[in-house]
Amino acid sequence: MTEIRFHGRGGQGAVIASEILASALFAEGKFVQTFPEFGVERRGAPVQAFLRFDTKPILLRCKVYTPDHIIVLDPVLTKTVNITQGLKPGGWILLNSTQVPNSNQFSKFRLAIIDATGIAIKYRLGAKTAPIVNTAILGAFTKISGLAHLDHIIDGIKEYVPVKLQENIQATKDAYEMVRQI
Amino acid sequence: MSKRVGLEISLAIAEAVKLADTDMIAAYPITPQTHIVERLAEMVAEGELKAAYINAESEHSAISLCVGSSIAGARTFTATSAQGLALMHEIMYITAALRLPIVMVVVNRAMSGPLSIWGDHSDVMGERDTGWIQLFAQNGQEAFDMTLQAFRIAEDHRVLLPVIVNIDGFTLSHVIEPIEILDQTELNKFMRTFKPKYPLDPRRPLTFGAFAIPEYYMEAKKQVEQAIFSSKAVIEEVWQEFDKLYGRHYTPIESYKTEDAKILLLTLGGIGETAQTAVDEMREQGIKVGLLKLVMYRPFPIQELRDACKAAQTLVICERAMSIGGQGGPIGFEVRSAFYNHRTDLQIHDIILGLGGRDVKVDDFKVLVKHASEKKPKEYELIGVRE
Repeated sequence: MTEIRFHGRGGQGAVIASEILASALFAEGKFVQTFPEFGVERRGAPVQAFLRFDTKPILLRCKVYTPDHIIVLDPVLTKTVNITQGLKPGGWILLNSTQVPNSNQFSKFRLAIIDATGIAIKYRLGAKTAPIVNTAILGAFTKISGLAHLDHIIDGIKEYVPVKLQENIQATKDAYEMVRQI
Repeated sequence: MSKRVGLEISLAIAEAVKLADTDMIAAYPITPQTHIVERLAEMVAEGELKAAYINAESEHSAISLCVGSSIAGARTFTATSAQGLALMHEIMYITAALRLPIVMVVVNRAMSGPLSIWGDHSDVMGERDTGWIQLFAQNGQEAFDMTLQAFRIAEDHRVLLPVIVNIDGFTLSHVIEPIEILDQTELNKFMRTFKPKYPLDPRRPLTFGAFAIPEYYMEAKKQVEQAIFSSKAVIEEVWQEFDKLYGRHYTPIESYKTEDAKILLLTLGGIGETAQTAVDEMREQGIKVGLLKLVMYRPFPIQELRDACKAAQTLVICERAMSIGGQGGPIGFEVRSAFYNHRTDLQIHDIILGLGGRDVKVDDFKVLVKHASEKKPKEYELIGVRE
């Protein structure tokens, strides 16, 4: 079983990102489970979403405590939330960031960065001050992790994203090309 | 052909209500039930489901509308959670006494206060004594299947009682997972046309909800009591037919690795799956532990419970509700009563956990099993609580 935890802020699209990834993995014949960290969702507040997938049915109804990988939609969260809590050594940390963090907090893990904010602004996804970065970050995650096929992610976007379909798909493709492994 | 899809469990329930060709839905949106009725409202608005949808001004009104619609002979559905269910409470008894086959999904949520939107079973335990049949689903497939089964059970003329299908708030209702959605042709082999026994008709006037003087009240209650106990055979018959058609097996109590188990866990709802994972991991370490999942809560499967515990020495009840000021939780009372005068050597631990959405983890069950194998049972215990 592989477990992934998404860290974002209300309005960035972390929950939808988990749903798109789930639908891509589902299309590849996996058993998938995804759910948000349930709470009173507010714009700008830290949110989490969880995803599990396996080749057999998943019999767990608790949160993800020891993820294999984490996806961070807002780099500022690394200062306020212990994002690596429970993360398995060697797991991927994908950060939406333009800069390599100068911290040894991530030394046990594999790190990659993508300027998902820049891509989202370029394609006018969300407001300029509050861009929706989920489709871009998924493109980057698809590339580094190799867990799902890009075409299936794009199919998932068609299913879950109601507006600016072409722009979202292009954001995913751009991020797929631009992601940097540190 | 039936189709396995990745779908949010709430939306799968809405699909089931649509596939059942429900005639009337009355509801008031409340978290975490909202996604079910939102989707149903959309289906009606888009013409996907030809039904009346009434967005009531309160849950009290919603269930009252359901009463009227069911008396008139319409297949009727509603859904609610927590305070919403509590607001329906007085009508709940009436619904059962009027023998109305209404189907309700309760998305289980903690009763306030403190105000909580998260899951536990304290809401539905308040409806324990109303005369509604109650089933508990532990995953999306069961939630979908049981919603369909509920109509068959409720509307059977040997039953004619309302049915609650319980699903855990958030940890089931908001999860996307693979669910096999039956297609209409497949499902038509299972569903029946609703034929109300005494439909309200101006040409043939009838009185519903008449009052009963002391000379009649107890007889009326006894009829409901007999109906709910005899519904068990019908529920099992419906489950057998469902199994034959679609290959999914349902029983009042689901047993897992119980054959040689000295210690048994007992769960309701979604935590049963987490407990199953815990049992697998403990079995790998050679611990003889098994699991009972209570699927049918009303009528309470007393004999099945006694049989399922025959070889066990210790039973650990894991329940997400408590009766404050009493001797633990409602399941604890019921289970202890089932063994009183039957067995005195079964050690029964009544554990209350997961209240107000507190996460129940695999390790929690391991700790409980270790604890129960070392300690004598107390009246009841709350676990995972800070002092």
